[in-house]
Amino acid sequence: MLVNQFLLLGAVLFAIGVYGVVARKNAVLVLMSIELILSSVNLNLLAFAMRSGTADGHTFALYVIAVAAAEVGVGLGLVLLVYRNRRTISVDELSEMHG
Amino acid sequence: MTGVRIFAVAGEAGHLLDGGWFLDHAWAIPVVPAIAFVAILLVGRRLPMEGSELGVASMVASLVLSAGAAWQWIGRVQSAAEGQFVEPVVRTWSWWRVGGVDFTIGQHADGLAVLVALVVAFISTLVQVYSLEYLRGDRRYTHFFAALTLFSAGMLTMVLAEDMILFLLGWEIMGLCSFMLIGHWWEDGANSRAALKAFFTVRTGDVGLLVGIAVLFFAADGWTRETLGLPGFSIRGISAWALSGEPDATLITIAAVALFVACIGKSSQFPLHTWLPDAMAGPTPVSSLLHSSTMVVAGVFLVARLYPVFFVGFDILGRGPNPVMVIAAITILIAAALAFVQDDIKRVLAYSTVSQLGYMMLGLGAGAWLPAVFHVFTHAFFKACLFLAAGSVSHSASHHSFDMKRDMGGLRRHMPVTFATWTVSTLALCGVFPFSGFFSKDEIIDNVGHNGYAFFMWVGLGGAFLTAAYMTRATWLTFFGESRGAAAGVSHDAHGAHDAHGAHDGHGSHAGPHESGPLITVPLAILAVLALGSGVLNATPFGSGWERIKDWVEPVAAVVPAESPSGGAARVLSAPVAPAAEEGDSHSSPCGSQTPEGGVCYAPQLAHAKFAWSKALLSMAIVFAGIASSWLLTSRLFGARDPRLAGLTARHRLLGAGHRLLVEKYYLDALYERVVVRAIVGPVARGAYAFNQRGLDGIIHAVAAAARVVARVVYGTLDQRVVDGTVNGAGAVAHRAGAAAQPAQSGRVSQYGALLFGAAAAAALVLVLTTT
Repeated sequence: MLVNQFLLLGAVLFAIGVYGVVARKNAVLVLMSIELILSSVNLNLLAFAMRSGTADGHTFALYVIAVAAAEVGVGLGLVLLVYRNRRTISVDELSEMHG
Repeated sequence: MTGVRIFAVAGEAGHLLDGGWFLDHAWAIPVVPAIAFVAILLVGRRLPMEGSELGVASMVASLVLSAGAAWQWIGRVQSAAEGQFVEPVVRTWSWWRVGGVDFTIGQHADGLAVLVALVVAFISTLVQVYSLEYLRGDRRYTHFFAALTLFSAGMLTMVLAEDMILFLLGWEIMGLCSFMLIGHWWEDGANSRAALKAFFTVRTGDVGLLVGIAVLFFAADGWTRETLGLPGFSIRGISAWALSGEPDATLITIAAVALFVACIGKSSQFPLHTWLPDAMAGPTPVSSLLHSSTMVVAGVFLVARLYPVFFVGFDILGRGPNPVMVIAAITILIAAALAFVQDDIKRVLAYSTVSQLGYMMLGLGAGAWLPAVFHVFTHAFFKACLFLAAGSVSHSASHHSFDMKRDMGGLRRHMPVTFATWTVSTLALCGVFPFSGFFSKDEIIDNVGHNGYAFFMWVGLGGAFLTAAYMTRATWLTFFGESRGAAAGVSHDAHGAHDAHGAHDGHGSHAGPHESGPLITVPLAILAVLALGSGVLNATPFGSGWERIKDWVEPVAAVVPAESPSGGAARVLSAPVAPAAEEGDSHSSPCGSQTPEGGVCYAPQLAHAKFAWSKALLSMAIVFAGIASSWLLTSRLFGARDPRLAGLTARHRLLGAGHRLLVEKYYLDALYERVVVRAIVGPVARGAYAFNQRGLDGIIHAVAAAARVVARVVYGTLDQRVVDGTVNGAGAVAHRAGAAAQPAQSGRVSQYGALLFGAAAAAALVLVLTTT
């Protein structure tokens, strides 16, 4: 089977996502990068589900999609509130919690 | 214009027409506009016509493809033997296989699908051409064309869907696009409210579709897999299963009810019809498309597509009236009555659509499958034409107003083409003899009576009377009498001036009423020709040789040998049954009346009423009575201002109450918004608050009280002596460690992220190293 290729694609997606989370300053882009990471995880789940031939991986991937949808809803809500309060969504500006 | 283009392309591709290329590639009909939608969004703004050319081109391509498919389907049907079931052209592709269930995507091209796809592509093309002029200079011109194209793509997907999942996808795409298009001018609060209302009302019904699909899948999957080798989502599988005599009566009734709830929402039948008139908030081309061939027809199409499920589930042609007919009959009458009190020309047409959808549902509920499908076909042309004509009036004569009483009147002199097309379509809608509506609507009424539902036949005739009357009223108010308001060249603030009839023969954009440009009048003229002529495609009065749509579209109720589960090639055998009965109730085929042996049935056996001029003359007389009485009343009331009629609703108590009931739309909107929504929202919010106050807070208070007691003891003994000593020591250590680690706590999210992923990577490395 083509499991290796799927895993490779998943790894690449994951790396792009991590880069986005670490390097991008726009909060919306950070959220999108998190989605990429979740997609790569889904891809891995499905790739292994394909190899094992059971429905478990598919089910779990569907759960991940549902949770990701909820996460985006909450995340975008937070971004909107941050924007209303501070007129910016750059994550670098949000450093009140520094020690 | 478009028609010429089709034939030119069809001529070049003559060698393609002979085989089955177009039927085999029917899946491309929805795919082309779907690709165009993405392309318009990506590059539309940079194109010379801001993306509209992509939309129009994709619809023309769809039209060519569906015309080719229709041509080949007709060829296939005509070469088939009498009484032989013509297999639909099915191609599937499995995209997800899990737990022994195959999820497929594919096309199901048969007479019904090809007919509706052709109508959708045709109307969409004309509406897009019309929109080039109507929406010129709009803020969101590109987005409008993108949404319009996706709208058509959704309907075409649904029409050609092979299984219920793809069907659901197309259905939901349409729901989304109708929301986007109705709320196109969302800056106005009323428009976005109308869009939300349409979306949520239709969604209420959509729950039924999901439930219905799930019930059908779990009920039918085993049988279809064993007998036909098809998954339980397949439309063929479900149809054959419903007619196999296998299904449990309760189960299939539940499925039929659930699916019909979805149809009530989508096709705006009573009691969920309230969204459709408000959907007028969208631009007129949207109303035209939404009302004629897409969206509202989807519910009717679902019943026609899965007809065996409804046929068996509701016991159509069995004893007594079924829910489909009852809902349809209520819808026909109440919607027609509502059309009398509307001042907005588009709202009159909207209620007329609701009422006409009632006719289609009535036909389907009474076993008149073909007349109902034929009514979908003819209604698409004349209703699209009526809406586009109303748009033409508001675009060129009444300063974008749709108020018939305030801003129209006497427009026949200024807009001859619009007036002519409107009149032709009105006569078609009323069902006057040579026009298309006569052949379809009269067939429905006739067959309803023929199948033994006399009461519902009279409901249909009463509806025809009301239709003729309210359309006459709208025609009179718009095109006859004196020009009023904007049509007379006055602004809304200054009323009363009824001068200036011929004075503004303007060529400027707003220099008084004038005829619209060719991009508007040419689609109108094409549609008017079809509103006049499309009836002859199934002209029952002229003999069975004229019933072409019946031969092409109605599936033959014949026993077909079941495909082998291993997926071998489907062999179409000439089934040993007599051809479908022309008249009479005798069932010549076992389909629908008993369990088929030695094969499966895909379509139930239906009877057709024999045409009689006496019945046609009766309905003609009713229609003309409606036109004449309405003409007299309207011209006396609005033209001559007869003192006996003017203000009658204010003087007469009973009439006033009736009028008020209609103006308030039977108080259904008030019921939904004030009672239903509040009844759900209010108690839920109050209940959540009470739970929060008593339940959660109570727990928290109890925990806090317990904690205080424990804390007091601990403080006295343990804390002061043991812990403090340790803490002071630890504090000193922590202080120094914290100072050292402080740079890590930068408060910068990206740095935290980097640390998180770095730690995860390190942990993963450790895991890999320890396990290998």
